[in-house]
Amino acid sequence: MTTTDAPKAAPPPTGKRRIGDVVFAGLARGSGILILLILAGVAAFLLVQAWPSLLANTSNFLTDQSWNANVRENPSFGVAALAFGTVMAAAIALLLATPVAIGIALFIVYYAPRRLATTLGYLVDLLAAIPSVVYGLWGMMVLAPQLVPIYEGMTTYLGWIPLFAGPASTSARTLLTAGVVLAVMILPIITAMSRDVFHQVPQGHREAALAMGATRWEMIRLAVLPFGKSGIVGGAMLGMGRALGETMAVAMILSPSLAISFNLLQSGNQTIAAHIALQYPEATGYGVSALIAAGLVLFAITLAVNMGARYVVARGNKESA
Amino acid sequence: MSMTTTQPPAPDAGSPENDLRSGALPHRFPLVLLVACGMVVAGVLAAFSSFGIVLWALLTAVSYVVIVVTASARIEGGRKAKDRLVTSLVYSAFLLAMAPLVSLLYTVVGYGLARFDGYFLTVSMNGVLPSMDAGGVYHAIVGTLAITGMATLISVPIGVLTAVYLVEYAQGRLKKVITFFVDVMTGIPSIVAGLFVVALWMMLFGPGNTNGAAGAISLAVLMIPVVVRSSEEMLRLVPRDLREASYALGVPKWRTITKVVLPTSAAGLTTGIMLAIARVIGETAPLVLTAGSSAVSINWNLFDGQMMSLPVFIYSQFRMGGAVNYERAWAAALTLVLTVMLLFVLARVIGRLFAPKTR
Amino acid sequence: MAKRIDVSGLHVYYGDFLAVEDVSMTIEPRSVTAFIGSSGCGKSTFLRTLNRMHEVTPGARAEGKVLLDDLDIYGREVDPVMVRSEIGMVFQKANPFPTMSIYDNVIAGARLNNKRMSKSEADGLVEESLRGANLWEEVKDRLHKPGSGLSGGQQQRLCIARATAVKPSVLLMDEPCSALDPISTLAIEDLIHKLKEDYTIVIVTHNMQQAARVSDRTAFFNLSAPGKPGKLIEMGETNQIFTRPEKKETENYITGRFG
Repeated sequence: MTTTDAPKAAPPPTGKRRIGDVVFAGLARGSGILILLILAGVAAFLLVQAWPSLLANTSNFLTDQSWNANVRENPSFGVAALAFGTVMAAAIALLLATPVAIGIALFIVYYAPRRLATTLGYLVDLLAAIPSVVYGLWGMMVLAPQLVPIYEGMTTYLGWIPLFAGPASTSARTLLTAGVVLAVMILPIITAMSRDVFHQVPQGHREAALAMGATRWEMIRLAVLPFGKSGIVGGAMLGMGRALGETMAVAMILSPSLAISFNLLQSGNQTIAAHIALQYPEATGYGVSALIAAGLVLFAITLAVNMGARYVVARGNKESA
Repeated sequence: MSMTTTQPPAPDAGSPENDLRSGALPHRFPLVLLVACGMVVAGVLAAFSSFGIVLWALLTAVSYVVIVVTASARIEGGRKAKDRLVTSLVYSAFLLAMAPLVSLLYTVVGYGLARFDGYFLTVSMNGVLPSMDAGGVYHAIVGTLAITGMATLISVPIGVLTAVYLVEYAQGRLKKVITFFVDVMTGIPSIVAGLFVVALWMMLFGPGNTNGAAGAISLAVLMIPVVVRSSEEMLRLVPRDLREASYALGVPKWRTITKVVLPTSAAGLTTGIMLAIARVIGETAPLVLTAGSSAVSINWNLFDGQMMSLPVFIYSQFRMGGAVNYERAWAAALTLVLTVMLLFVLARVIGRLFAPKTR
Repeated sequence: MAKRIDVSGLHVYYGDFLAVEDVSMTIEPRSVTAFIGSSGCGKSTFLRTLNRMHEVTPGARAEGKVLLDDLDIYGREVDPVMVRSEIGMVFQKANPFPTMSIYDNVIAGARLNNKRMSKSEADGLVEESLRGANLWEEVKDRLHKPGSGLSGGQQQRLCIARATAVKPSVLLMDEPCSALDPISTLAIEDLIHKLKEDYTIVIVTHNMQQAARVSDRTAFFNLSAPGKPGKLIEMGETNQIFTRPEKKETENYITGRFG
């Protein structure tokens, strides 16, 4: 948790509890508790509605790769391929976005002219304001066509790496394209967290480095990056959490098919979130229940990643305090 | 230390070690080089008649970095060269991030303007076949307003009151638990929020019930934690002396909060709420699941029947895949992006203008 | 190794605000020069211009000449990075790098210039610098523990060791003892006595007794009124400044009549 020196509310001057106080405090407390109930409800309702399909499932939910759930009896489905696609897409996004985000944060905090820094920061934040469905539209109709020749080049020159084996998809509707769009979407998250920690680097540490004759980069390497490490890692994990759960952009870009494929330049992967969005309108029989089960898996993965991120950040805060 | 002689070095001689002067690239060298690289690359590309903005930017950047780092390594030494390399990379990182933003806004405006007019904004898709050159987003605007409005009405009281609780009242374990789960809630994927309402609605009303209220609740689940976080931050900015001044006058705590603390942070709270609205107004996935994706007519009733919204409209037009549909999708995207930007800018302006002068 | 500093006609600005006006002085090698004066009189600001550290503060700039022996450190081709490795600095608040061990802290600056330092060279330099800072005996068994685990006084001596490991010719100290208890202060003062055999030392201090104890020469800075630029009022042998100051202002300050 973040530690903040909250202005500790002093006790009211009167000893007697007024009715207004009791009601208002009750309302505030009730809202807090309501949030807990909502969250418990999310988990509980998902479980309850997922249960029937999980019971009826004839194959192993966690290891099966196929999805035959739109039947009235004996459904057979599993999330293995979907979970794989989800993690791969998020991992690509993270790999692409983190170095760029660190660069942007350094740029805004240490390189950009002071007067422009805030405005440039807003520009990066704007990336976070664009709705994901617009990203999907753009990724599909603008970015993907641009990437087709690049992918062809990659299969020609890097095809010996299994990840980039040919033949490249002629529409570029592949995991790598989805990863690129996701990377753009999570850039502002990682940038914001990195900026925060870079701002917190004590002036004394930066001056110590400069005073012994460090260049700007050496100052960053000696004083800034070690100090900001936990913030960067935490930000990256929060970004990954976002990328894992991102639905529309992926649903619009990927050409869907269910398989575990390490090939980034061919179509053939799908993510949990996109699968749910695409399948839901046509779901019959056990379909909806099975999709809810898949949603639970997604919920669990993002929960683990997000909690990991908070833990890393909190530990970093404690260390530097 | 490294000097072998105690004589003061002659002003213009002296080895580089005890002379603080090092070879230095002229101050304007990077800028001049960058412009030169840009022009040369443009010329070469034009000669091969393969000029493309992306290729040009990429080649310019690469040739600039290679030349500046090599020159620096030659003249200024390895450490300086590395510093210049990192400087170039850091600048490139920022420009790289701006590329998708510019491209995205450029295409949204470029493609969107084709259909973006009074007609498009004021008619629905009722009775319009997907491939007809007609129809607009009025029903989706109505839906977005209604659904987002209801989501705001649900999440603002809960969110702000929870923030009040966390800042003014809570102590000990419950505070920790709530703070933790608000963090957890921030990370709920939007599609899971949609599924939650699907599950809830199935239990309450049976399968196949989609309406605007369901969409609003799923958006509220996404919006509440954002409102809590931003409101908490704003309430903490209210200086402690203000509260104490009020208590010292014999004002009860709840009146202090409602009459002093909340009004003082009103601007900040509004900013946070508007940013939260901007965040959920573009949500698509939960609405596809809860409010449906096939409504074509104007529906103001949140509790009866499917309700179109701007993001879902973009998505469903995109899925139909015809030329006219793409045009509608882009025009709706322009409408949506403009709305979000407007909220974004307005939020900042409010935050700036009405911020209390606490310092 | 120790070098003389000659300052002539130096002005320091923060944006349009003139913070320090027209300072000229000579700082002798192998001696301790103390800067005294009330807070806000520009003595720290001036100190930072001696190794171009003021350039780190946005908007700050200096005009004038600072000669290190015969080289103008503001010369057109002079690199501030190299200036700072020649003129080291110790700060008010001890600032060892929190993520590094004691060993890595000492060697951090030296590594910048000499990447391929052998293990034995590095060990030698660490021991030499820590001995030079009177810290070796206290930390030799915990060299690989974090520097932030040391006491305040030890941390400040670690910072001095870190500064000397770069082999500068001048050491600037910006109120190095103001955050320390009397015993740690004494340890640092002893260290300053020892260091002046090898270095040119400039120390800014609020504490007049300290200036009297450690310095050979003293410079008194003052400003005529709040908002006006700081000026060098008088500079001379420490003994003379404290017993027979030439200026009335100096005497008032020394005798505690203001400031």
